[in-house]
Amino acid sequence: MVTATALEAELLELAGSVPDPELPVLTLQELGVVRAVHVSGADTVEVDLTPTYTGCPAIEAMSVDIERVLRAHGVREVTVRTVLSPAWSTDDITPEGRRKLQEFGIAPPRVRHDSGPVSLTLGATRTLVEDAAEDSDPVRCPHCGSADTELLSRFSSTACKALRRCLSCREPFDHFKEL
Amino acid sequence: MTATVPATAALALGDDALVLSHRLGEWAGHAPVLEEEVALANIALDLLGQARVLLSMAGDEDELAYLREERAFRNLQLVEQSNGDFAQTIARQLYFSTYQQLLYTELAGSDGPFAPLAAKAVKEVAYHRDHAELWTLRLGDGTETSRERMQRACEALWRFTGEMFQPVEGLDADWAGMEAQWLRSMTDVLGRATLAVPEGPRTGAWSAGAGRQGLHTEPFGRMLAEMQHLHRSHPGASW
Repeated sequence: MVTATALEAELLELAGSVPDPELPVLTLQELGVVRAVHVSGADTVEVDLTPTYTGCPAIEAMSVDIERVLRAHGVREVTVRTVLSPAWSTDDITPEGRRKLQEFGIAPPRVRHDSGPVSLTLGATRTLVEDAAEDSDPVRCPHCGSADTELLSRFSSTACKALRRCLSCREPFDHFKEL
Repeated sequence: MTATVPATAALALGDDALVLSHRLGEWAGHAPVLEEEVALANIALDLLGQARVLLSMAGDEDELAYLREERAFRNLQLVEQSNGDFAQTIARQLYFSTYQQLLYTELAGSDGPFAPLAAKAVKEVAYHRDHAELWTLRLGDGTETSRERMQRACEALWRFTGEMFQPVEGLDADWAGMEAQWLRSMTDVLGRATLAVPEGPRTGAWSAGAGRQGLHTEPFGRMLAEMQHLHRSHPGASW
């Protein structure tokens, strides 16, 4: 990113303060999807927004919300651009964002240390499909904190979450899966 | 990023994603268990997102999706095949997601116009492939009935898999290398699932596939009629 002006930094903060339409406990800044704000000329602002998943339907609501907030701040012309590169990763979620997810009852994604596709170890049954990170860095139940949880489905209420079950307190929960 | 987008390639990749997305969407309300209903819909959504980006590179996404005739679509014949039973849908997913992961990995590493989308989508496709492989193992190494159905599905769709590796104009990829990797991957997964690798033809006489040239199979016309019906009946309508 080129050096941002003070105004751009201020507007970036403002755009980032918009709550996520799907997970309103998180702001877009905490989710890591607002990439940059460019001010070009008087009252003309471009915002770079990146989708979590290519097909994420929330991106349109996010754009509308950002436009509304910046217009309310006095910016006359707001354009929200969708940028794909570099691809969003769950590592872009801030520590504060992770804490809020946990509090909201969603197990936060584990930190990934590589950028390639998720490495997979496959087995014939549900309990064997866990990836190698599972032993050292298990997905913990957001309700009781137990590390004894199992995967029910790779896909849950939205594309970015997997459905798991806690084997200690028996509660099902969503896990923001690593991407 | 280069300024010119090869339209043939954008349509080929975009149509694959759009058509398979629609097919998977047909499972909504019909999947064997709720988790699969959700999983297939989520995979369909990922594919629809890819389709929107790709078709927008070639023109107006809505016009391309809803107003083209059958012969103007450039998708593989594999993705237009009917859902069949759950095993057939899984076999189609296995064949296609493995291919798509290989192709997107190549495109993500290039500096062509498809690199940004491919780099993004390949991470999603890894989950699609994981899902398909897992079910192939469960069904193949499952009950007598599930094994028989999974084997039948793999055989039925095998003839459509040669087409995947015919070079697409505008895509710089190692097609022969991808095909060899794809075959290795199939041999591995099907072997672990105690299934036989089909022996039927994948290319030449008795194989299928000319979707990239606009020739499609009988189920596609009916799928398209349903997909385009609303838009054609009410042009310009919006929510």
